[in-house]
Amino acid sequence: MTKKQRKVLIRIIVSAVLTAVFCLLPVEEPYLRFVLFLIPYLIIGYDILRKAVLGIFNGQVFDENFLMALATVGAIILGEYLEGTAVMLFYQIGELFQSYAVGKSRRNISALMDIRPDYANVEQDGQLEQVDPDDVEIGTVIVVQPGEKIPIDGVIVSGTSTLNTSALTGESLPREVCEKDEVISGCVNLSGLLRIETTKEFGESTVSKILDLVENSSMKKSKSENFITRFAKYYTPAVCIGALALALLPPLVNLVLGNPAAWSQWVIRALTTLVISCPCALVISIPLSFFGGIGGASSKGVLVKGSNYLEALSETKYVVCDKTGTLTKGVFEVTQVEAAPGFDKEELLEMAAQAESYSKHPISRSLKEAYEKSTGKQIDTSGVTEVEELSGHGVSAVIGGKKVAAGNAKFMKRLNILYTVPQKTGTEVHVAVNGAYAGYILISDRIKPNAKAAVERLKAAGVKQVIMLTGDARNVAEAVAGEIGVDIVKSELLPADKVAEVEKLLASKEDKERLAFVGDGINDAPVLSRADLGIAMGALGSDAAIEAADIVLMDDDPVKIATAIDISRKTLRIVHQNIVFALVVKFACLGLGAAGFVNMWWAIFADVGVMILAVLNATRTLKS
Amino acid sequence: MKKTYKIEVDCAACAAKMEEAAKKTAGVKDATVAFMPQKMKVEFDEGADVASVMENVLKNCKKVESDCEIFLS
Repeated sequence: MTKKQRKVLIRIIVSAVLTAVFCLLPVEEPYLRFVLFLIPYLIIGYDILRKAVLGIFNGQVFDENFLMALATVGAIILGEYLEGTAVMLFYQIGELFQSYAVGKSRRNISALMDIRPDYANVEQDGQLEQVDPDDVEIGTVIVVQPGEKIPIDGVIVSGTSTLNTSALTGESLPREVCEKDEVISGCVNLSGLLRIETTKEFGESTVSKILDLVENSSMKKSKSENFITRFAKYYTPAVCIGALALALLPPLVNLVLGNPAAWSQWVIRALTTLVISCPCALVISIPLSFFGGIGGASSKGVLVKGSNYLEALSETKYVVCDKTGTLTKGVFEVTQVEAAPGFDKEELLEMAAQAESYSKHPISRSLKEAYEKSTGKQIDTSGVTEVEELSGHGVSAVIGGKKVAAGNAKFMKRLNILYTVPQKTGTEVHVAVNGAYAGYILISDRIKPNAKAAVERLKAAGVKQVIMLTGDARNVAEAVAGEIGVDIVKSELLPADKVAEVEKLLASKEDKERLAFVGDGINDAPVLSRADLGIAMGALGSDAAIEAADIVLMDDDPVKIATAIDISRKTLRIVHQNIVFALVVKFACLGLGAAGFVNMWWAIFADVGVMILAVLNATRTLKS
Repeated sequence: MKKTYKIEVDCAACAAKMEEAAKKTAGVKDATVAFMPQKMKVEFDEGADVASVMENVLKNCKKVESDCEIFLS
């Protein structure tokens, strides 16, 4: 509890004890009772009265303070001393509870995001010195000891270790790192001593960017939050005018009809409705729910840039995915080597790797890796001469005196060589030696192990269609789509075509349905910003993706998309529950209060009780 | 230019009031107050004197919500 909260608590206790004691005292004299009850009333309510008066002078007439001041002062004037004091007392208890609950969930969320490094170790004259990470310049070598957080992004100069990335990604499996690996700030060094050369300033490092993003997320308000703010603006004055009418009109009508006016009865009813109508429950519980939802999501490695995006996520009916890097690993691997009669597999792979060895294409890298992995030998490129690359076809070269051609089916046709058509799909590399067909090698992108589960969970979360867009060849795309279970595949698209496809989908969907695009942040920034909701995955270290997307998945597990949707649904469910619950109870009590069936004590429940229940409900969003 | 300030405010409705008061201050292009993280983000007009504008923002906020605080440094 803060100092302010403790002060209020003491006031509540003192005032409650005094009120109870005065209730038991056998004082009959009205003036004495008035003076006695005024003491606990002022102890508990002086600040509310002060704010109400200040509010009137500053043009803020109809606020909660005014409602409470008017209701309690009115009750006291009518001789209902106990009720007046009790209303103020319970109102303050409610306020204290609210401020405590809010403070607690704020602390919980900061604990979840406890990734801010406090210092960096810089070596000076053989001595380690702790400095403010902000003061470390690019290119400085910092030392990270086991158990410490990496404060700034950089490259390891020496040392090997394992890193705990769970604070950033939600992934509990530690990551192994060694010399020359890039490391990002916010990870915890688990085992070995690391020397890291920084590549960024602290302010530009991953950890700063993430903290910035999370802290600013509440600035972008959701429709529900805006609705409540606007609602409270008109609601409170309306209630005050209603109460005034309730206090004046029925007695006046009575007078006209010649009945007794019954002023005090109607004024009490009006004051009761004032107490009931306080909009606190709504006003506090909704931002609290969103804050909790965003906090809960970030602890799972899902960064949501604003409440409005969390809201949009819960309405997502179409998920459009990029293939490479999103549903597949984006890492090419040799999946099949098929040698023609008279050649052996190892020889085939070696020739292909040698011929392609000068190319920087991912395919040549995967050939080299496959060769080195299967034989344990380094590739020997010393005998490779006369390398010629024919773009869109393949490579020809002279290797150890033999003329080797390696490329796709088009290349073989061009060279008039008969080739075998592979059964499986993938990128084909056919090899011919001195004009004779030697066999083919299939290279494919590996589907992520979780991709199928991710699509199933999206469907379970209420997504109507999962659509895959890719620049890849049709047969490859359809094979991947069939295996994962996506509904629609669009293949052989250029980056601009992807934007067009998304626009077509946006035009055809219904107004209330949202479309989310999921990409890895490379080359798809335009689509990310065009979709209702841009989700970038595997974004650790990719600034462009963090900038362009609305929701950032810290690691590259596609199941996280469904996790994020689940969290958003839960948050919105709680928000709607609170809105409905609070409004139903309030309006029911308002009606009953105006009709005289509800007294001041029920009014207090309708105000403070509903608020406490709504806040408790809202804090559930944190535990997802 | 945009700047973010730490604030202290007790209730969500008061935060909304501060936001409106800040928005109406001369020199402020736009302002957002987030109650949960207790932050205020102010976008200033071109060429505005940040220090004096913020003093006025604080004054206006105090008017609508006497208990609030903005930490200007």
